[in-house]
Amino acid sequence: MAYVAVKGGEQAILNTHRLISETRRGNQALAELTLAQISAQFGLAVDRVMAEGSIYDRELAALALKQAQGDMIEAIFLLRAYRTTLPRIAASEPVDTSEMAIRRRVSATFKDIPGGQVLGPTYDYTHRLLDFALAAEGLERSQAVVAAAPLDEQVPQVIDLLDSEGLIEEESDDGQEEVFDLTREPMRFPAGRDQRLQNLARGDEGFVLGLAYSTLRGYGHNHPFVGELRLGEVMVEIVPEELGFPVAIAEITVTECQMINQFRGSAEKPPQFTRGYGLTFGHNERKVMAMSLVDRAMRARELGEDVRYPAQDEEFVLSHADNVEANGFVTHFKLPHYVDFQGELQLVRQLRAEHEATREAAQMKEAAE
Amino acid sequence: MNSIIKMEAERAAIAQRSDWLGILSRSIGGELEALATDLTSGLAFEWLRAPHVGLVMVRGRAGGTGNVFNLGEMTVTRASVRLEDGTVGHGYAHGRDQRQAELAAIVDALLQLPDRHDEIMAKVIAPLRQKAEARRLEQSRKAAATKVEFFTLVRGENPA
Repeated sequence: MAYVAVKGGEQAILNTHRLISETRRGNQALAELTLAQISAQFGLAVDRVMAEGSIYDRELAALALKQAQGDMIEAIFLLRAYRTTLPRIAASEPVDTSEMAIRRRVSATFKDIPGGQVLGPTYDYTHRLLDFALAAEGLERSQAVVAAAPLDEQVPQVIDLLDSEGLIEEESDDGQEEVFDLTREPMRFPAGRDQRLQNLARGDEGFVLGLAYSTLRGYGHNHPFVGELRLGEVMVEIVPEELGFPVAIAEITVTECQMINQFRGSAEKPPQFTRGYGLTFGHNERKVMAMSLVDRAMRARELGEDVRYPAQDEEFVLSHADNVEANGFVTHFKLPHYVDFQGELQLVRQLRAEHEATREAAQMKEAAE
Repeated sequence: MNSIIKMEAERAAIAQRSDWLGILSRSIGGELEALATDLTSGLAFEWLRAPHVGLVMVRGRAGGTGNVFNLGEMTVTRASVRLEDGTVGHGYAHGRDQRQAELAAIVDALLQLPDRHDEIMAKVIAPLRQKAEARRLEQSRKAAATKVEFFTLVRGENPA
């Protein structure tokens, strides 16, 4: 059957645009939010939108959040749509997280680490009691304490402490030049680690968190330790084609997690710790921790472990981690399916009629006997 | 021998230009405008490439040191100009500030002119570098105040 276009609803749609605009604005007696306010005071929301929208631009993420009335997934969708309007100028050199300007850095595996445990800005040690002082306006807020001396400029990676003994697997570049890019090629299975990490970095925080949780509850074999969690700024370097030499064009905030996991060893390999990795734009600790657990779980195949649980199944994880795709498919069902449904309706009526006819025939046969 | 000296000089010149281009690109919120407007206003130039916004794919490495992967994109603006004497300048700006990319391109061109170089370095690049370093230092000192100082509780007899 041909697709039947149904006209009408144009005025209703125009009017809904105006209604959503008024609804978004809310009470006119209150001042309108500015992008600078959103970016400054809803910083973690902006960070999540940048990470999953897969564009580092605080102002755009703030605009998306404003436009979406704070609906994260809608905002992420807006950013993803925007990116299709821009040309790709370059791919950066890989960021060097060991050169990060540290603002927070903790390790759960070693107490005394070179560079120290730096708590930075965190809610970890708060009581999670609602702070009614924040509800009051015009109060002065606490200011940060400024130490006399800065942190060491070079803060070594904790994981390197284990590396020197060979207790932990080494991560080295195998020189593969082609880097998988989800924005330009369709998903491929079996997936390389580059594809998996890109997918997880922009994957839905809730989905990745749930999967990570499942690996800890027995649906996977994770016995993790946070080797290191760090937050700070890294340089982004590109080699513009018109210059032919590298320029550090930006400094961006990233969060990184090095997760350490047990590995019993195999016939070829002695027992050793293995690694899971998490990296995102902005300050997204929950996300990088979850990402590193799921990254490790999906390495099951390469490490010769049984692939038995959802988090270890890369096809399952990678196909469902993207919230723009998931949202699109799940929510499109609210759009008109009138013709589809008419077809289904006819079919069910026909099946019911056949069912009734068969039943009647059986009854008549029974009565006759 | 001369060729080695020449190569070294070229390498140093490239490193210096890379450094100033980076400083210009990474400057934030109107800093460059405040420092460079007077120096560049009224200057005649033609666009080789008008300011435009594009994306850079930011890459990371698995485990920090392993294979390369695509982390996500960021917005970057670039522009290219040619001064009347033919000097070409390229400008970059993180984010979407077209004015910043334009000023960066003009300043890049001016910095290549031997008679203007020192003045522009002193008036634009040095202050931008100082501001960036001051920001970094302040952040680092605030973080340093949250560094944990472990101490051991000594278990002992009750004080007499």
